[in-house]
Amino acid sequence: MPVLAAAIRSPGPLALEVAVEALIVIILALAVLMAVIFVVSAPLRAVHRPPGVGGVRINDVQINQSTADRADLEATREAKYREIRDTELDYRTGKLSQEDYAAVDGTLRAEAVEILDRLQALERESPGAGELGPGPG
Amino acid sequence: MAALGRVCLLLALVVCAYGIGASIYGVRTGRVEWSESGRRAVYALAGILTVAFAVLEVAFLRNDFAFNTVADTSSRTTPTFYKAAAVWASQEGSLLLWAWLMSLWSSLALFLTRGRIRDVAAYATAIILGFGGFFISLMVFYAQPFAITNPAPPEGVGLDPLLRFPTMMIHPPMLYSGYTLCTIPLAFGMGALLARRVDAEWIRVIRKFAFAAWFFLGIGVLLGARWSYSELGWGGYWGWDAVENAALLPWLTGTAFLHSLMIQEKRGMLKVWNVSLVLATGTLAIMGTFLVRSGILDSIHAFGGQTLGVPFVVLIAVLIAGSIYLVVTRREMLRTEHRIDSLISREAAFLANNLVLVGLVFVILWGTYFPLISEALTGQESAVGPPWFDRYTVPLALILVLLSGIGPAIAWRRASIANARRNFVTPVAVALLTLCALLIGGVHQKPFAIAMFCCAGFVFGSIGQEFFRGVRARRAMAHEAAPVALVALVRRNRRRYGGYIVHIGIVVLFVGVAASSSFQHESELGLSPGQSSRVGAYTIRYVRATASVSPDYDSANTQGGRELSAIMRSQPGVTLGPDTAHTGATLSLGAVLDVTKHGRHVATLYPSEGFYSSEEPTQGSVGHLIGGQPVSHVALDSGVTRDVWTAIAPNIETPRLKRIVTLGDKTLPYSNPAEGMVAIAALASAYMRNPPQAQFHLIVSPLVMWIWLGGMIVVGGGLIAIWPAPSAVRRRLSVRSRARAGAGAEQGLARA
Repeated sequence: MPVLAAAIRSPGPLALEVAVEALIVIILALAVLMAVIFVVSAPLRAVHRPPGVGGVRINDVQINQSTADRADLEATREAKYREIRDTELDYRTGKLSQEDYAAVDGTLRAEAVEILDRLQALERESPGAGELGPGPG
Repeated sequence: MAALGRVCLLLALVVCAYGIGASIYGVRTGRVEWSESGRRAVYALAGILTVAFAVLEVAFLRNDFAFNTVADTSSRTTPTFYKAAAVWASQEGSLLLWAWLMSLWSSLALFLTRGRIRDVAAYATAIILGFGGFFISLMVFYAQPFAITNPAPPEGVGLDPLLRFPTMMIHPPMLYSGYTLCTIPLAFGMGALLARRVDAEWIRVIRKFAFAAWFFLGIGVLLGARWSYSELGWGGYWGWDAVENAALLPWLTGTAFLHSLMIQEKRGMLKVWNVSLVLATGTLAIMGTFLVRSGILDSIHAFGGQTLGVPFVVLIAVLIAGSIYLVVTRREMLRTEHRIDSLISREAAFLANNLVLVGLVFVILWGTYFPLISEALTGQESAVGPPWFDRYTVPLALILVLLSGIGPAIAWRRASIANARRNFVTPVAVALLTLCALLIGGVHQKPFAIAMFCCAGFVFGSIGQEFFRGVRARRAMAHEAAPVALVALVRRNRRRYGGYIVHIGIVVLFVGVAASSSFQHESELGLSPGQSSRVGAYTIRYVRATASVSPDYDSANTQGGRELSAIMRSQPGVTLGPDTAHTGATLSLGAVLDVTKHGRHVATLYPSEGFYSSEEPTQGSVGHLIGGQPVSHVALDSGVTRDVWTAIAPNIETPRLKRIVTLGDKTLPYSNPAEGMVAIAALASAYMRNPPQAQFHLIVSPLVMWIWLGGMIVVGGGLIAIWPAPSAVRRRLSVRSRARAGAGAEQGLARA
């Protein structure tokens, strides 16, 4: 901080003002730096804490294939539910005939059951291995 | 405080580099704590850039002209609310706004997706921080927002007069929000391809952000059009300007994606198409920023442009090459799960809509970028004008409007011919009725406009029928009153009916565009006070001239100001400041126009032109006070059925008026603007005593207001569609409580 050094060397009202401003800048910059280090390093520091005291429990959140598959299947299941509801609305608003609705609805429900079966199978293989709720953040 | 800003930018650059490394290391090694740390680097980036932005904003509000950016784009006389917005009037401030908004939106995206698709999110974090690092590097090495001059100049140049318009306060943040939100689906799309998880989950995660990008870009484009119409003196709202097109392109690909996304969600189809649209939307958003910020365009939008072209071209090349590489190498994983069951299905209509939208994108992309590429290769300036764009975009827009009525009338998966026929009876009948009404009303010319009105009738019929049948079905099930049933129907099916409302808004907007561009009456002529002109069914009479002088200093507290006030009191008809309209003009010359229709008074309009001071000493002590680029202040009378738009170009180049300026330049010192202002007051007075003929631009356009109304309907429909459904809120809450309770059982299975 050459400005601060110059201000200290030549004291006076204006120089003092410059020095105070430089000091404020240094303090604010350090505060920002400390805050950044604190925020960014929190997960790394948490690793070294015992589980259950607010740290990230690494074993709980490790990425694995079954977790990914489950999230995908859950998303597909939600989309399928929505599709069943949409098809019913299409039927009720006259866009599908009785026969078309029966055929499409039957197909959708069969697809939904298949998704649910796959979810149950996944649950049996690795119980409770779903993606966890919100992480630390 | 500039030092704090510079420190923040350097720290932000370090955080970006760290976050990229931590995220990639975390996802590659499976060490989640590093991915988490990378995610938090984005939060930290948002915090740092908030501090940096606040430093610059405070500098503007405190008139700290030691900051070069403040000195270049603000002044003491700039009104406070324009000072706050002047941050993004400069190149440096714009880049900071871009990076800041990106960091905020990305933080929100990563916060909402925490704990989900962690591997995809880790790659996305690295890509987001890559964008952040790019923009921060530009600010550190090329366009420094915290560069200072010592000693500080006593006064700044002031805000560009064209930007002194209320919507300019929010137009850039809206547009930049759209652009920066476009990079989030891009980052997650690339992340999904890198992590090889191109399943349904990433699509579900990015849907809201893709919609938000589309929403903000749409508002930004519309506000830009409104500014162009109300502020620029050429009388139009869309001129196919390269910068307007640059914002429209990602909006079009975003629209295509929001439609085709539904096909992937429902049918597992179009995976390559969807991921390509996401990558294209993000890349087009960066290309849009490149056009405005690289300085390659000679446009009002590219004010303060510098040579940032090379870094941007490199980034765009990397994005395009990376996108192509990822899609090609992952094509096996992106193979579709199903095929379209029937050509008479909603997915087929959506596919057609996608092809038309992408066709529009190619036309506009070619028309926008071809002249630039051609100029770069041949060195000769070339441009493609509105007629070229209209030739291709008008037919495509017609098909698009027609499809927005066809889609809602057909079912997903398959619809029988008989059903389709039954569903199209009402829309076709409304379209034919519209045609008959137009022909009976004497509208025979302008076939494209007639076709647009008929297509609009078709869409209104189709969507009106949808609402009617939906309400009827709801009433049959729940025995509710019609208004209650309507609200319940929309609440329970927000995406569907919000989307329909968006379609209605788009069609209203297109009707406004077709009517105003096809049936416009325009006149450009010279008038003297007392003369009148007929424009369409309206007669516009130039009643009298107006003049006002607003000195760019506190006239009450200076000797020159007091002298000026004394002189002005003896000049009847000339107004001496203050600048209540905040135009910042030294001299405003205008007219009082009386608008009548069939002899009946309709409106009184006050168009004017502002003359601004320049920093050019060679223009003389008086000449430089009005030597800047004159800016037209449009006056218009808006109505639901028509707008009367007027602009004036007063003539101050007559020998009599020029003599006053020349004499002032010779006799008055440059260093004392107060004395120069006395000469300007004398000029205004001479103008008022015998106003010379002024040039007028008069336009009567039908249905212009429909464009803005349509835009508002689109915004309303968009909000309905994006608002979380009550069931989704409940589901989220139950997921959260389940996570807290640590229960592993999947409650949702029971619902099947």
